[in-house]
Amino acid sequence: MTIKEHYDVVVIGSGPGGLAAAISAKKNGAQDVLIIERDIEPGGILLQCIHNGFGVEVFKQDLPGPSYAQRFINEAYQVGVDFLLDTMVLEITRDHRITATSKRYGFLTIQAKAVVLAMGCRERTRAQVRLPGTRPAGVYTAGTAQRWVNVEGYMPGKNFVILGSGDIGMIMARRLTFEGAKVERVLEVMPYLSGLTRNYVQCLMDFDIELQLKHTVKNIIGKKRVEAIEAVAVDDKWNYIPGTEEIIPCDTLLLSVGLIPENELSRQAGVLIDPVTAGPFVDDGFQTNIPGIYSAGNVVHVYDLVDWVTEAGLIAGKSAARLVQNGPQPDAKTIAVKAGENVRYVVPHTLNPDHLADGEIRIQMRVRQPIEAPVWVEVRSGEKLLHRKGEPYARPGEMVTIPLKPALMDEVKAAGELTVAIVKR
Amino acid sequence: MAKISENVICVTCPKGCTLIVTRDGQTVIDVENGCKRGKDYAQQELTDPRRMVASSVRLKGGLHPLLPVYTSAPFPKPRIPELLSVLRQVEVKTPVSLDQVILENVLDTGINIQSSREMKEVVE
Amino acid sequence: MKKYDIIIIGGGVIGCMTARALSRFDLKVLLIERESDIGMGASSANSAIIHAGHDPMPGSLKAEMNRLANPMWDQVSADLGIPFKRSGAYIVAIGEDEFGCLAALKERAEKNGVLTEIFNADEMLKREPLVNPATSGALFTPTAGMVDPFAACVASIENAIQNGVEVLTDTAFTGFIMEGKKIIGIHTSQGDFACRWVVNAAGTYSDEVMHAAETRQDFKITPRRGEYYLLDKAEIEINNILFPVPSKVSKGILVLGSTHGNVLVGPNSQTTDYKENKAVTPEGLAEIWQGAQKLVPSITPRSVIAVFAGLRATGNAECQTPGVNYHNDFVIERAGEVDGLINLAGIESPGLTAAPAIAQRVTELLKEGGEKLTEKPGWNPIRPARPRFNHLTREEQAALVAQDPRYGRIVCRCEMITEGEIVAEIHAPLPARTYDAIKRRTWLGTGRCLGSFDMPRVVDILAHELNLPVTAIRKKGAGSEFLLRQTKEVEA
Repeated sequence: MTIKEHYDVVVIGSGPGGLAAAISAKKNGAQDVLIIERDIEPGGILLQCIHNGFGVEVFKQDLPGPSYAQRFINEAYQVGVDFLLDTMVLEITRDHRITATSKRYGFLTIQAKAVVLAMGCRERTRAQVRLPGTRPAGVYTAGTAQRWVNVEGYMPGKNFVILGSGDIGMIMARRLTFEGAKVERVLEVMPYLSGLTRNYVQCLMDFDIELQLKHTVKNIIGKKRVEAIEAVAVDDKWNYIPGTEEIIPCDTLLLSVGLIPENELSRQAGVLIDPVTAGPFVDDGFQTNIPGIYSAGNVVHVYDLVDWVTEAGLIAGKSAARLVQNGPQPDAKTIAVKAGENVRYVVPHTLNPDHLADGEIRIQMRVRQPIEAPVWVEVRSGEKLLHRKGEPYARPGEMVTIPLKPALMDEVKAAGELTVAIVKR
Repeated sequence: MAKISENVICVTCPKGCTLIVTRDGQTVIDVENGCKRGKDYAQQELTDPRRMVASSVRLKGGLHPLLPVYTSAPFPKPRIPELLSVLRQVEVKTPVSLDQVILENVLDTGINIQSSREMKEVVE
Repeated sequence: MKKYDIIIIGGGVIGCMTARALSRFDLKVLLIERESDIGMGASSANSAIIHAGHDPMPGSLKAEMNRLANPMWDQVSADLGIPFKRSGAYIVAIGEDEFGCLAALKERAEKNGVLTEIFNADEMLKREPLVNPATSGALFTPTAGMVDPFAACVASIENAIQNGVEVLTDTAFTGFIMEGKKIIGIHTSQGDFACRWVVNAAGTYSDEVMHAAETRQDFKITPRRGEYYLLDKAEIEINNILFPVPSKVSKGILVLGSTHGNVLVGPNSQTTDYKENKAVTPEGLAEIWQGAQKLVPSITPRSVIAVFAGLRATGNAECQTPGVNYHNDFVIERAGEVDGLINLAGIESPGLTAAPAIAQRVTELLKEGGEKLTEKPGWNPIRPARPRFNHLTREEQAALVAQDPRYGRIVCRCEMITEGEIVAEIHAPLPARTYDAIKRRTWLGTGRCLGSFDMPRVVDILAHELNLPVTAIRKKGAGSEFLLRQTKEVEA
């Protein structure tokens, strides 16, 4: 394959967001579409997520991660997307010039008409949760362990303690158990689960793995290799509760303490980042503040379902293709969407009401405080309720979506800004 | 026999609804809070719990030393350890296609083990 | 038994610089290090400052060595390719009361022969806008600078190796071989070695080495642990060295830039009896946080990317200068009670700064001890730095990749470290054989993801280049293997 110097759309990253964006850009009329991927094969982190649970929305099937990815990889090749694998993007400029480097292809510069950022997210580390103790071998993020166990074929330990009840952590607890390791404990500093409830059931409960809420790691013990961790209960302000310390012997501590969108390239390019999501400010077509630079998937905000990442990629790819075909549109009136009562953040940050003519716009958000009772998800214009939707509960671990129907176009147009709220029914 | 009400967390889809299941012995009388699939799940979970199982088998001649595999249907939960022992003994060779059957009717369950991805032959 | 003229115990910056200084002469020199790599003690966990020398007690050996060594760093860093920047340093007064203390500090600096200048608040804020707006001014010491302390170890030991010095890692000193009052060799965990001289540069263990020779039984190292935070360079940029006004007990918590571009905050100071106590503590980190925010209020916990601790080798040696009442001075001496021992002990701050001068002093001590030092023909003081992809211009990067494609593959995405750089370190004069050894040399795995992306890849590269099974690859020494078995290995 020869890499051209000019592309209509260049997508950075070949995870589910990037694959969907590239396919969608191509299908919506972009001629030359390229995906740049730093790994030696396309698919992103899905390739190491060998557990089931993907595709329930998109394919109405319960698929393993690689299987979900394979469908999109095949489609991307089929529709004629170019791939530049084993290549790292070093820089993207405001005018869409991309500098990349590769052992296989050398040092490259590529000019794109539109760029879709789909770099995904990275895991929070022990430093970000400021874990005390020594720095021996045996402290890994759950994702690194997952790559070792599932892709590279090596076990990083025998006896594990997992800090954090995020999905990857719980899924790794089961996976490690499957491969003959012992998971001694899962500790969660919050008073509630941070991942999906079903993962608690089928990954921890099924194997009698103990979960301790409101607990954290007070000390990591061991010089060369982890020998034990000291667990401790915490109060509502995460202060250690004296007298609750417990030494748990183990050789490995896995961290599943959250994900952060990976936006170093975006920042360099001048993309503005929302401090709450740690992803770009986006409109309903996932365009960032820089014209022609779009972003899709976990790079925008961390989703709990890959299906929604795919959906975001499809929208971003379509928007990019339109820009390539139609050129920049004169400034349309956009409406800000703000996080209101009990909403931590909302995406998109702005929307163009005219786009409702093409179909519904999905507004996605995360609740601030869990409500274990029926709730209303509300869209308001000032004091006025425009639309609401019932949900049986609202949990921080599970994203909430409310679609804005085309019928609301006139009311949205008339609004100064929209506010979303999640309240008890 | 006395009717019993209990909570069962549905794992059919990522919503993870808490079903309130009322049963008389092994007979489920009523399921609150669930969709159609949730009701089926409740019945199944109380009589014959099953799980989708995803793991890996050894692979020769590919980009990686392991091939991810999964069960073609939910697998009887009590027999999962047995299944894992079987998978530990399996080694396959590239090329492998997506959903290729790796083990047919594994442990006489009527369930197949199939590949979660394609894996091309790597020429060294 | 293998014979050497001189054996150096300890591969910290003092041992490494001494090895380099001795490599100039016609001597057979061995350096032994008990850890798996050089520079694993205080030399890789410190404030990374070349001190101006304003602070040590006037008249002390610390003050003298600092004064002699500070100007040497331009040449040393240029010869050895050590990242070094003479940035100057500020002692920042917060509030009017502290401003009053600056005059006394200036006076002490002058006694030490150190040039200083007092700035008002406006000037301070102009030079570093992130400083607490409540600042009342600062004492500026223009000759202070930032250095990569680990690079100083590696570069000097590599240069020493190029010039014939031998190095053994994973080799612990266990005792002296004596002939009466004369040292004729040492016992180590890797066997015995004969020598005529031993240089004791054993850091926190330097007291134990002395005692093994039955000298200075009263000398004791009481390590003081210092904890640090490293901040994300994408979140905060400070290119200055900021000291607080010192209290009676401590120099206080610093906020400073580094040659790697990250901001470093710390250290605190906690006395410990355990010489391996490098754990970080919640209390310590809280203390640092408070201190850092006093100088730079905009620092937030969100920007932390690494926490670590180092141990200062604090000794209890009396200052030898008459009339100077000081009890924690350096020991740089030819041992009195035995022949053939040079002690470099109690070398805490400003030890890194002082290292080239201490190394120089060792050659003088050897001469005083009757050693005839003959310069070796062909001694080469130059050790060129290896390419660092991330520090090159785009044009230079393209040229490097064209020349060797391995520099085209980024292995550490945060710090942009390439496969080519990693491979070069593995095959360097002192091979980097562990993950941490590569990390300290390249700064890989020190970014926001703290190695979670690069770790599996580096383990693979190490296994491939060293021709070892993946399960043999270690983070540091023996017992720190990353991986225990294959996933599908049937457990016994």
